[in-house]
Amino acid sequence: MSNALIKGETGEWEIVIGLEVHAQCLSQSKLFSGASAVFGAAPNEHVSTVDAGFPGMLPVINGHCVSQAVKTGLGLNAKINLHSVFERKNYFYPDLPQGYQISQYQHPIVGEGEIEIDLPDGSTKVIGIERLHLEQDAGKSLHDQHPQKSFVDLNRSGNPLMEIVSKPDMRSADEAAAYVTKLRTILRYLGTCDGNMDEGSMRCDVNVSVRKPGDELGTRCEIKNVNSVRFVHQAIEHEARRQVEVIEGGGEIKQETRLFDTKSGTTRSMRSKEDAHDYRYFPDPDLLPLVLEQSFVDAINDNLPELPDAKKKRFIGDLGLTPYDAGVLVAEKERAYFYEFAVKGRDGKLVANWLLTELWGALNKAEKTLSESPVSAEQLGGLVGLISDNTISGRIAKDVFAEMFATGKDAAVIVDEKGLKQVTDTGAIEKVIDEVLAANPDKVAEYKGGKDKLFGFFVGQVMKQSGGKANPGIVNELLKKKL
Amino acid sequence: MANLTHLTIKAALDGLSKKEFTATELAEAHITAAEAARHLNCFVTETFDHARAQAKESDARYAKGDAKPLDGIPIAMKDLYCTKGIQTTASSKILEGFKPPYESTVSSQMFDDGCVMLGKAALDEFAMGSSNTTSAYGNVINPWRSTAHDKDLVPGGSGGGSAAAVAARIAMGATGTDTGGSIRQPAAFCGIAGIKPTYGRCSRFGIIAFASSLDQAGPTARTVEDCALLLKSMAGHDPKDSTSVNRPVPDYAAAIGKSVKGLKVGVPREYRMDGANPEIMALWDKGVEMMKDAGAEIVDVSLPHTKYALQTYYVIAPAECSSNLARYDGVRYGLRVPGDNLIDTYEKTRAAGFGDEVKRRILIGTYVLSAGYYDAYYNKARKVRKLIWQDFIDAYQKCDVLLTPTAPTTAFAIGENTQDPVTMYLNDIFTVPASMAGMPGLSLPAGLSSDGLPLGLQLLGKPFDEETIFTAGDVLEKAVGFDALPQTLQKAA
Repeated sequence: MSNALIKGETGEWEIVIGLEVHAQCLSQSKLFSGASAVFGAAPNEHVSTVDAGFPGMLPVINGHCVSQAVKTGLGLNAKINLHSVFERKNYFYPDLPQGYQISQYQHPIVGEGEIEIDLPDGSTKVIGIERLHLEQDAGKSLHDQHPQKSFVDLNRSGNPLMEIVSKPDMRSADEAAAYVTKLRTILRYLGTCDGNMDEGSMRCDVNVSVRKPGDELGTRCEIKNVNSVRFVHQAIEHEARRQVEVIEGGGEIKQETRLFDTKSGTTRSMRSKEDAHDYRYFPDPDLLPLVLEQSFVDAINDNLPELPDAKKKRFIGDLGLTPYDAGVLVAEKERAYFYEFAVKGRDGKLVANWLLTELWGALNKAEKTLSESPVSAEQLGGLVGLISDNTISGRIAKDVFAEMFATGKDAAVIVDEKGLKQVTDTGAIEKVIDEVLAANPDKVAEYKGGKDKLFGFFVGQVMKQSGGKANPGIVNELLKKKL
Repeated sequence: MANLTHLTIKAALDGLSKKEFTATELAEAHITAAEAARHLNCFVTETFDHARAQAKESDARYAKGDAKPLDGIPIAMKDLYCTKGIQTTASSKILEGFKPPYESTVSSQMFDDGCVMLGKAALDEFAMGSSNTTSAYGNVINPWRSTAHDKDLVPGGSGGGSAAAVAARIAMGATGTDTGGSIRQPAAFCGIAGIKPTYGRCSRFGIIAFASSLDQAGPTARTVEDCALLLKSMAGHDPKDSTSVNRPVPDYAAAIGKSVKGLKVGVPREYRMDGANPEIMALWDKGVEMMKDAGAEIVDVSLPHTKYALQTYYVIAPAECSSNLARYDGVRYGLRVPGDNLIDTYEKTRAAGFGDEVKRRILIGTYVLSAGYYDAYYNKARKVRKLIWQDFIDAYQKCDVLLTPTAPTTAFAIGENTQDPVTMYLNDIFTVPASMAGMPGLSLPAGLSSDGLPLGLQLLGKPFDEETIFTAGDVLEKAVGFDALPQTLQKAA
């Protein structure tokens, strides 16, 4: 149950949440200029005269960004609008060199859609998407470089953004966090946004209101620029409680924009509705309406990669994974792809176990990411293959794995070098059993006298003598016969 | 040697290729004329040395026998066109000292074709005006003078510097931009020709924007044929301007010298307005007769929404300008007047940098786009604009071109019409409808008023059918035989 109701003095309150996510479109160049859109340059290095709002400069739409927006729309199961319009959103700010932001307002490129989010208790919920539109990013004002002056970095100015607006379908901080997480996963699968929130390539504005269950929607507050999943969670928890306290204290929620303070975990007022800008939107006369051919959309649709939900279903249905394991595997594109490489021709469940327990644990211990793993997907598959065909036992496999992780060698090479191949030759095992029985005549007598527990002792001795390589099944069988 | 500054472009190209004179001689003759006529204030920035260097290169090409189509032709460049490394002001204080690090597409195409730039021609500030009295760098004076009084006259606007320079034989041709009549009305006031081509025909890249959905580059020159030669160089698709149209540029000069036999010339009845200047109406009638005599068929047509064009224009153009001029904030280039804080800096910079007319239009534009007024003004104006466009499309079912007057009056004295902006705005009453519809329009000199001032007639055409306009314009020009010179030049000639 993710409908986390808040207990107030007057009863229970329901939280209603909608999110606006600004996702930077993966693209070499900006939305309306040829300047580089790559993160990490020195200030004002990636700026063209278009981005800097020079006189007479004109925007020209970047076709790749249009493809990326359509691809994202399709990934969100949304309607693609073949006719959309770029408008100007007018306001003054030093990091907005043109004095307006080119955005889409009345006619966005993508309409309604939906995604399924995965909640901590294993359940899922469908969240509606209101729209996705393309817009250019503003530059950055730097207020901490000089005691009196503010500096402006226009590298970000004109970067392509996809603003993805959800419907107010979320009812708890958990759901909102799951939504952001899932959205990020989908964008990464699609390759339309890198989802790196710490670099600002994904930023969230959170709309929160509270109401008594069943009531009309309450007045909402918008919390700007919440830049991690954890902060989204914190901001909602705090803001919802604040609103309940205000209302129960006899006050009224005013529609306003608020800022989240990451240090205190609280929100504070930024500007009220009365102070809100009148953006004077109007169609940008420098750009014609964006008209797409259905065939253009179809071609993108035909090349859409498999998305996490479909992949998860396939992992469960075709590879026999538990929903939990499948969910963990598909949560990150890299992880899912690693698994798919490793599982080729191998046992699905076994590969999942080895990936999620052994490799996972080793990577965590070594503080490495999956992409830095010394054991490749093929190598992990190779190891599982050796277990499946009885070349090595599961126990030996753990040693082999440790060696693989340390040296990067293939499992088969290690098994060969160290002679770890499992012994299944009954003659050889019989010989070891005979030796063990001969060396422990007293124990044999005790066992025959009724001390059944000693069977384990004999198994252990045989395994020890064989260096762990004897097939445990055969050892059991032969021992029973001999005793 | 002929008086070089009185040649047409066509004749000058002929003389240059026959080596009757050099591009350097041609440039020097115009520089001398410009220096002698500095009181007209045609240029914000003179670029004589630049012209000399370009002329030298032209001469080298003529010597080698690989001259360009317009090699050595001295022109004036409206100071709305960004010219690389050369101050570009839009006649505004806010851009004083601004040297663009880029060249506009149109000017770059003209330089590639060998044009020689004498200077950056003055205009109404940011091309907002019909009299060239809103420039931050002083009024431009029309080389023509009235026989009725001795006051200095306006050259029209916004392209007053361009038109005055061409009329005063300072430049053989000039670039203009026409948003509501800024090429055609000054051409009429100064007794020269000028064409605003179809919206999308010339690239707007590097031309400082006034109202983006209306702004269109075009030439002024002393003959229709010279306009055709210049337009050929200026026109063309530009991937850097999304509103420029990708279709081949015809050889416009080939449309000169053709017959108008059977051509249907429409006469829109709504342009015959109450209280119109009878002299201008008579000239219009004369023009109609001339076209008929040349074999054209005269058709009565209706453009029913003409009466809304001006009001609609004064909603759309200011709306776009209020947004286009937001970038002049004193942060990155041009004027900055330091204030106590950011907002104060913005306010002080824009207060000092913009003139009254620009401020008025920014205010109007901001108002009509504001929440609560948007639908009543901006949205309604957009709808009316569509109707105006439809008027033309319907009219062109019945005719090939339209013949109208260019302006409702002759050039007026500097200082007149400045108290009441609406009277000033009425100057564009005949030019604005075609701008709103994006249709091409040419103005050519068609006679003199009783007080000795030039009067213009306007030919409007179908979208991208500038050729028919040139054919009709050439026929009318020859029938009119306009050969009057501005009084200031009569002694010289």
